[in-house]
Amino acid sequence: MLLKRLTEACGGPGQEDEVRNLIRGEVKDLVDQVTTDALGNLITVKNGTKAGPKVMIAAHMDEVALMIMSIEKSGLLKFNPIGGIDPRVLVAKTVVVGKNRVPGVIGSKPIHLQRPEERKKPLAIEELYIDIGASKKDEAERMVNIGDLAYFTTEFAAIGPDKFKGKALDDRVGCAMLIDILKDTYQFPLYGAFTVQEEVGLRGAGTAAYQVQPDLALVLEGTTASDVPETPKHQHATSVGKGPCLTVMDSSVIPDPRLVAKLMQLAQQHNIPVQYRRSTSGGTDAGKIQQSRAGVPVAVIALPCRYIHSPAAIASQTDYDHAVKLVKVFLRSLEEEGGF
Amino acid sequence: MDVKEILANLSEGTGVSGYEHGIADYLEQNCPWADEIRRDKLGNLIMVKRARPAAEQPSRPKVMLAAHMDEIGLIVTKIEDEGFLRFSAVGGIDQRVLLAQEVIVHGKAELPGVIGAKPPHVQAPAERNEAVPMEDLYIDVGYDSKEQLADLVNVGDLATINRKVVRLAGSLMAGKAMDDRAGVAVMLECLKALANMNHIADVYAVATVQEEVGVRGATTSTFGIVPDIGIALDVGHGDMPSVPEHLTISLGNGPGIALGPHVHPNLHKRLVQIAKDWNISYTLEPATRPGGTDAFAIQITQAGIPTALLSIPLRYMHTPVETLNYEDVRKTARLLAQFISELDQEFVEGLKCF
Repeated sequence: MLLKRLTEACGGPGQEDEVRNLIRGEVKDLVDQVTTDALGNLITVKNGTKAGPKVMIAAHMDEVALMIMSIEKSGLLKFNPIGGIDPRVLVAKTVVVGKNRVPGVIGSKPIHLQRPEERKKPLAIEELYIDIGASKKDEAERMVNIGDLAYFTTEFAAIGPDKFKGKALDDRVGCAMLIDILKDTYQFPLYGAFTVQEEVGLRGAGTAAYQVQPDLALVLEGTTASDVPETPKHQHATSVGKGPCLTVMDSSVIPDPRLVAKLMQLAQQHNIPVQYRRSTSGGTDAGKIQQSRAGVPVAVIALPCRYIHSPAAIASQTDYDHAVKLVKVFLRSLEEEGGF
Repeated sequence: MDVKEILANLSEGTGVSGYEHGIADYLEQNCPWADEIRRDKLGNLIMVKRARPAAEQPSRPKVMLAAHMDEIGLIVTKIEDEGFLRFSAVGGIDQRVLLAQEVIVHGKAELPGVIGAKPPHVQAPAERNEAVPMEDLYIDVGYDSKEQLADLVNVGDLATINRKVVRLAGSLMAGKAMDDRAGVAVMLECLKALANMNHIADVYAVATVQEEVGVRGATTSTFGIVPDIGIALDVGHGDMPSVPEHLTISLGNGPGIALGPHVHPNLHKRLVQIAKDWNISYTLEPATRPGGTDAFAIQITQAGIPTALLSIPLRYMHTPVETLNYEDVRKTARLLAQFISELDQEFVEGLKCF
């Protein structure tokens, strides 16, 4: 299954190789041309010479990870998060380090040796380390390198009647949707941009948009769902199972209101459940694409994911199917109407 | 099956305190070295290996080995209307290791789940500086309502960490429930070794229940057996950062041989002597108090039992990434088998003479 392979592949910011190669293999027969650029964005082209609005759809390949900063005398590895990770989710997890996927664990002091008040205080990044079983620095140095990235080891699987769990749903769900969309044929130039380095500041999307020069762009994202206990309803940014989300505003972008309205109208017309993203924090590649060259109309279609940026996120298969359907319906409307 | 495979099977098996039958079944099927296997009323699994050669001994001493097969876990306390499961801990669990763990809920079916909490971006800044309290955590099993779960999960169902054993560098392995399946593996390895050795004692290898909630299985099983010698096999804190060296035993350096009020001095001396005689590395593990192991219960059964304790070094105890060196399991088993093989009547009788 595509989502399984995509989420179980490892690709942190700047080290997206494994994901890029996987996607290249998936799309090469679906499109006319596949290129990469100086940052590592993978850009696909369908109908490059046809008339009509030039549409770019973007999804980022990178995921949050841990970067090995030093190898201690003891053979333990010190790390820093690359991308936003709450340190509290790291304790007592298994990871794999580097291209060779060296297994390791993030250990912590046993409860027996703690004072009760310690249990109320989260462990800081500085107190955490990865144990790969090496007993000395030189032994560890033969297995891993400074700068290697460490990844969660979560297996993708179904959970409950309609959901799936896995690591890196942000944004491999977007990559999977984009691949699904590229399987259809269209009557206008369609560019797929699988971008790099979103998690460290939307770095890849800007250079991708500069090359493509789209007339309009859609960004496909996995976004945070907070429909969980202890969270008041008005703080539910998105809800899993209530359909794909349209962003009205986040800290990076105010999407084109005409595009958002069009997507909402099409969703209603085709009975696709859809929800607004009810939070204005967070950012996506859309922020950079919108400001590319003289400006690009953008919209964000996001899949609600619980526990994003943690070892195991959860999303809904029905939401996923509806998100793909909404994008396709929108692309058909462009064909029929020549614009939005 | 070699020790790595046995350890992995035991670690990945399910047996929260009070519900150890799955592990007991596994042992019953995988212990061909016992002459007799039985269970007592609490569920302790007793694997008996009689003296070898079987020739009549006037009175065969009884040696009891005890390693607990229960593991810490979670118990469902409430099913929320939206399908989230609230839980409490069974045994001692640091609430900080639970966030974002994958679990299996053992309801009518086995349901995979993820332990969640309010996301950081909707937490107040002060909340982000606190560990998430266990009462604010929940298990997300991917269902949307209590009704959907009605035929699947009940309050009182148990959950365990969903963790496959990870092989680390050298002979290190990480997983859940190494405390104390490592001790159980030592017993199996010991019985296997004794199959080719002579010993005058009948060996009662007991996989005990409910250690994590108060050494309860060891209490009743020792009463039922009344051994001449009791040896508990448990895990001891391995060397790791943030823990002072004097409180730990090093991984790879063989068992910790405990000494202190909970250990009979002659048993301690004999175990150290045998380790020296056979070049088995070990670490002395002094304790000022009778600690929370099965040795605590064994020692004060009936009129008192001469008791010893061997510890397998284990890092990150009571977390889902408990890490050990499987060579330590082998070394502990070897020491134990030599000890049993060299036992004589005189030594056993001498244990009561102070």
